Amino acid sequence: MTAYTATVTVRLKRGVLDPEAETTRKALERLGFELSDLRSADRFELDLDAADADEAADRAGEMAERLLANPTIHDYDVAVAER
Amino acid sequence: MTVAVVQFGGSNCDRDAVRALAHLGVDAERVWHADGLPTDATGIVLPGGFSYGDYLRAGAMAARDPIMEAVREAAADGVPVIGICNGAQIGSESGLTPGAFTTNASARFQCEPVYLRVERADTPWTAAYDEGQVIEVPIAHGEGRFEVSEDAHDDLVADDRVLFRYCDADGETTDAANPNGSTDNIAGVLGDREHVAVLMPHPERATLPDLGRSTDGAGILEAFA
Repeated sequence: MTAYTATVTVRLKRGVLDPEAETTRKALERLGFELSDLRSADRFELDLDAADADEAADRAGEMAERLLANPTIHDYDVAVAER
Repeated sequence: MTVAVVQFGGSNCDRDAVRALAHLGVDAERVWHADGLPTDATGIVLPGGFSYGDYLRAGAMAARDPIMEAVREAAADGVPVIGICNGAQIGSESGLTPGAFTTNASARFQCEPVYLRVERADTPWTAAYDEGQVIEVPIAHGEGRFEVSEDAHDDLVADDRVLFRYCDADGETTDAANPNGSTDNIAGVLGDREHVAVLMPHPERATLPDLGRSTDGAGILEAFA
């Protein structure tokens, strides 16, 4: 078994309104910053032991499917690195 | 012969639901989630509140609580189930109903009376109303914007499973009457079968006459009578 950190990034699907990101963008503009858009995402770092990187990614992906993401509104991706 | 009002950690409308049901002559009691669902429950209410602090997403944690497996089984056996506000979020997160309830377009918590158009009067939840009737029921939520994929929305409409839409006093489903940016002004939907429903507005807060406002919500809870 090898120790991995699987990083799951959950973000709203393109086209789904993100009022919190919009509010944050406006606050940045009030601070004088210039930007044309802002998107936010949730990042989960999962420490786990697995036989190989593929297994670690599969397990993290299943966690995203079952809980971390809501498939109606979210897309997600998984990146695995040895820890 | 008792309706189970499932209390999760952070539920806060469970007592209101029991009291509103008692007013309608319905025997109801609170059931702590960890105690499991009584096998003789004649109906199930998933009440409002902020279960588990709305961690991750509103309703996400409660939806994975073991009692929800029993709720889904009871629903499959024909026991009527309604999810109200946080209960609606739990219901959609647990797959009882399609779509998702997420952050209001305003990005604010909104607590206000709204008008709803009854889209179907032939369900247990709406038998007290006429189709197209406008009722006044309050909302109180920060994450009530109904989102659904285009395909799933097409199915919802084609299958006539939209139960309530936000509207103005005349029953027009305008953008101005949509308090949270919900897709197609949808405020409540049915599950696969008519005895399973979720809605963001609070019928239990519009049932008791002594609260001094609308009692239009009583008809929804009369499904259990």
